Amino acid sequence: MTSTLRAAAVVLGLVILYASVYTVSETEQVIVTQFGKPVGGPITAAGLHVKVPFIQTLHRFDKRWLEFDGDPNQIPTKDKKYIWVETYARWRIADPLRFYQAVTDERGGQSRLDDVVDGQTRNAVASYDLIEIVRSSNRPFQVTEELEGIGSAEALTKIEVGREKIAQVILKKAAEITPQFGIELEDVRFKRLNYIDTVQQKVFERMISERRRIAERSRSEGQGRAAEIRGQKERDILAATSVGYRSAQELKGEADAKATAIYARAYGKDPPLYEFLKSMETLKAGLDPETWLILSTDTELLKYLKSPGP
Amino acid sequence: MAHEVWRQRPIDIGGGGGPRWPGGMPRVPAAALKAVAGIVGLLILLFTGYYQIEPDAVGVVQRFGGYVRTTDPGPHLKIPFGVETVTKVPVQRQLKEEFGFETTSPDVRSRFQTTPEQAQEALMLTGDLNVAVVEWIVQYRIRDPKLWLFHLREPRQTFRDMSEAAMRKVVGDHSVDEVLTIGREAIALQAREELQRLCDLYKNGIEVQQLVLQDVNPPDPVKPAFNEVNQAIQEKERAINEAWAEYNKAVPRAKGEAEQAVRAAEGYALERVNNAEGDAKRFDAVYEEYRKAPGVTKKRIYLETLGELLPRLKKKVILDEKARGILPFLPLEGKAGELKP
Repeated sequence: MTSTLRAAAVVLGLVILYASVYTVSETEQVIVTQFGKPVGGPITAAGLHVKVPFIQTLHRFDKRWLEFDGDPNQIPTKDKKYIWVETYARWRIADPLRFYQAVTDERGGQSRLDDVVDGQTRNAVASYDLIEIVRSSNRPFQVTEELEGIGSAEALTKIEVGREKIAQVILKKAAEITPQFGIELEDVRFKRLNYIDTVQQKVFERMISERRRIAERSRSEGQGRAAEIRGQKERDILAATSVGYRSAQELKGEADAKATAIYARAYGKDPPLYEFLKSMETLKAGLDPETWLILSTDTELLKYLKSPGP
Repeated sequence: MAHEVWRQRPIDIGGGGGPRWPGGMPRVPAAALKAVAGIVGLLILLFTGYYQIEPDAVGVVQRFGGYVRTTDPGPHLKIPFGVETVTKVPVQRQLKEEFGFETTSPDVRSRFQTTPEQAQEALMLTGDLNVAVVEWIVQYRIRDPKLWLFHLREPRQTFRDMSEAAMRKVVGDHSVDEVLTIGREAIALQAREELQRLCDLYKNGIEVQQLVLQDVNPPDPVKPAFNEVNQAIQEKERAINEAWAEYNKAVPRAKGEAEQAVRAAEGYALERVNNAEGDAKRFDAVYEEYRKAPGVTKKRIYLETLGELLPRLKKKVILDEKARGILPFLPLEGKAGELKP
């Protein structure tokens, strides 16, 4: 009989012990309620803890950063471009008691975050141009030679805020609201931005026409350059020939002048003699056998034909 | 008897910090049952008190949920019965995340595939508001196992989200041409830095080792147009090369021909001057002699010339004013009848 009682006492003791100690993991925080009323502050230190058995209830909450994915949403930007915006956020339960009171559990928290983060995202995206959300700085694009001067004009507009800061605006505004749910928002970031399908088609068309333009330009540049080279060819040929001609004529002219001087010096000594000699030479060379020669008997040669003279 | 066995157990594992066994056990009538219970107890003790850490990992030990220590590779003991739990974290292993595709069977020739969700992962806007498909991988290591385990609930998914955000931010600041060609390295580098910055901000205990861009393409519908550009660039090069070929064929030849004309002119010049000098010398010589007897020399030259000339000419007519007619000169060759007025 005593042993049965002892056993019962041991079991009872174990049950009470089990109900009055509890562990808290590194990843958890706990609030304790007594008849529904919170007792003490949240317990965040990991390890073994005690409570009043049976009348105190534990509510465990995660202590870590928790995930949140924004609802992928179609939002018009300020310049009326429809884009899909996907954000993600990380948050943690900073005040578990308030969290418990305001939203009960994580599901409730996610639902509040949906309202807050998605709403702020919508506001932010709608108040900036698309380029502001895409770019985060005004760094100039590096351009290869073939592509120089091609590119959409709006890509060159300077941004004033930029992606990073817009995300920070969302974070800041949302983080002002979340403490009332016991939530601390740690970060909000744009994960994905995409054109909606119809806009995407248009963008693809634009990209195609842009590429065509580049291709056409490249082709005509090639032809232009080729024509230029051909022109250069003509030029260089004419330059070479004409320079050659000029040098040749100069050389010839100089030689002619020299020759003329030589002749003048020599023949100048007795011009009539030169005239006479040259005439004789020309007669010898210039008359061919078929030439009719009509001679008068008065000539020097034939005067003796008639009489021997005095 | 039973007490002895129970007392020895804590000594077996050498753990002085072990908890005391509460109370006694219900009496077991049979000795065999005792032995079985003892063996089972021993086994449980062994399974819950001993653990081993592989060479590429460390063990993070929690007692009642609270962190107590991190243990290195090798065999270890812990307080059994779930008082201490150990989580193994592979800190030495290089981990990899793939974006925009997945390796389905890594081998010498690995196979890859892309699901629609992964296609969405890779599709992104570039800084000139075009669209590019960027696939990349991130290699990383868990630097701080405590942070990795305790600071974020979904460290891996969070890391993927961060990675996408970082890559899109960097690509959003580059033109589509930079993304596709010249900017690849810079983009990978910047995205890695941005991702590491986010890791430090999120305190997720990760060290990003490498971020490598894989296939980077224009979206499928636009691909042919991009190829056309490459083709056009080739065509351009070809047109220019052909023109240069023509140039190289014609211009050196023209230069050679010009040079030829110059050389010929040089020849002409030499000839002309030499001739002139020769003629002058000849005249000088004649003149010297002529001066001595001008009259007779002149007459001699005249008569000699005609004497040489006349026999060569076949058709000659001699006129006499007083004869009033033509007196045909008797030709030395041919017949008189051939002569026609």
